[in-house]
Amino acid sequence: MDWAADLQAVTLTLKLAAVVTALLLVVGTPLAWWLARTPSRWKAPLSAVVALPLVLPPTVLGFYLLMLMGPHGVVGAATQALGIGLLPFSFAGLVIASMLYSMPFVVQPLQGAFEAVGARPLEAAATLRAGPWDRFAHVALPLARRGVVTAAVLGFAHTVGEFGVVLMIGGNVPGATRVISTQLYSHVEAMEYPQAHRLAALLLVFSFAVLCGVYRLRPRGALPGVAVEGAGGPP
Amino acid sequence: MKSPLLRRLTALALAAFALQARADEIQVAVAANFSAAAQKIAAAFEHDTGNTVKLSFGATGKFYAQIVAGAPFDVLLAADQATPARLVDEGKGVAATRRTYAVGKLVLWSADPALVDARGEVLKSDRYKHLSVADAKLAPYGQAAKETLEQLKLTEAVRTRLVTAENIGQAWQFVSTGNAEIGFVALGQVQPPDGSKAPGSMWLVPENLYTPIRQDAVAIAGAHSAATAAAFVDYLGGDKAHAVIKAYGYGW
Repeated sequence: MDWAADLQAVTLTLKLAAVVTALLLVVGTPLAWWLARTPSRWKAPLSAVVALPLVLPPTVLGFYLLMLMGPHGVVGAATQALGIGLLPFSFAGLVIASMLYSMPFVVQPLQGAFEAVGARPLEAAATLRAGPWDRFAHVALPLARRGVVTAAVLGFAHTVGEFGVVLMIGGNVPGATRVISTQLYSHVEAMEYPQAHRLAALLLVFSFAVLCGVYRLRPRGALPGVAVEGAGGPP
Repeated sequence: MKSPLLRRLTALALAAFALQARADEIQVAVAANFSAAAQKIAAAFEHDTGNTVKLSFGATGKFYAQIVAGAPFDVLLAADQATPARLVDEGKGVAATRRTYAVGKLVLWSADPALVDARGEVLKSDRYKHLSVADAKLAPYGQAAKETLEQLKLTEAVRTRLVTAENIGQAWQFVSTGNAEIGFVALGQVQPPDGSKAPGSMWLVPENLYTPIRQDAVAIAGAHSAATAAAFVDYLGGDKAHAVIKAYGYGW
């Protein structure tokens, strides 16, 4: 296996992680905002759903996604009806699966940060006639910026290290679904240790740098999620 | 101990105990593609010899790594020939016990009963978006699929439609869930052992298109019950084992 294939896997992984992180911030921010402030009885079940990928083995999650997104699954039937085709073995499918898988790593830090802001600054802003959007965008979000950065970095890093889900629904297609972790796994299984070491070193240095950065941002307190689960270990 | 019945029962219990003490337990590592057949054969062996067989299923490469690291396996039923040969070379396998116990057969399979024709012409068509194969570097069936495509001069034509599975079990999964319309899998995976009609449609790939997929077994050196381990490998070549092996779509 040549260096070009490894490089392609690295590029694809970075692209995947960037797209997933951006989309997760868009989807995760309102969700975290709602979870942080709602008294609704749906809060607990919804939080549990968001946290499920921390507990489920990635290959199990991947297997159910493979069935759901297949022609006999609900999601597969819908995507085919919409003319999108089937999602497994495609970059789009990988993005959706990764979003589910990395969701808790983005939502939980955001939720924590929003909760830490508390109600008082928002009430103060409200007495100054700030509307709901103003209160969110100009009061809560700046106060929670550390949480936003942590969420983005953890979401990105976790997607880079994702393995089990990709293995199940990816199909190892060069340029579409062959990412660093699956490429690394192939090298190890084929006993191509020099190539494996090279990719592993890259991944290790990257992960270490990311985590160092995050811990510097959050000198106190543990990282949500990280203590619960390693970055997507083998099945 | 006056009662003759009690005396007889005691004798029986002692005999059973003696038999128990002589009966061995062996731990057998089985390549995933042979799981179902191995269970049947192990049950027959247990019935015939009174020994106990504990089976573990997994990838041959992982078993190799575990055996080298001292895992307590007595026998390995590999998915290839290279791994048992390597174990023998490294002094971890008993040379005299190494034998080919099964020869795998490659099929092109679809879960759709109408898609695959009896000559595999579908491969040349555009009636599929994804062709599922096992990784040729990792799985003997993947290597056989690769050789078949090369022989048919279709490597380039299917290149962009290829989805690669980690092993033959996953290649089957991609097809059975309908995510890949067709795929190269093992005959044993799609042929019900009771002889009923296989689901979907398939093409039995002619054996001149790929190197035979020989699966070798070997007893592991230093097994705690070496004689039983060797007997089990031997049993794989007997009539009862052959009947099972054939029913599951393998040759020998």
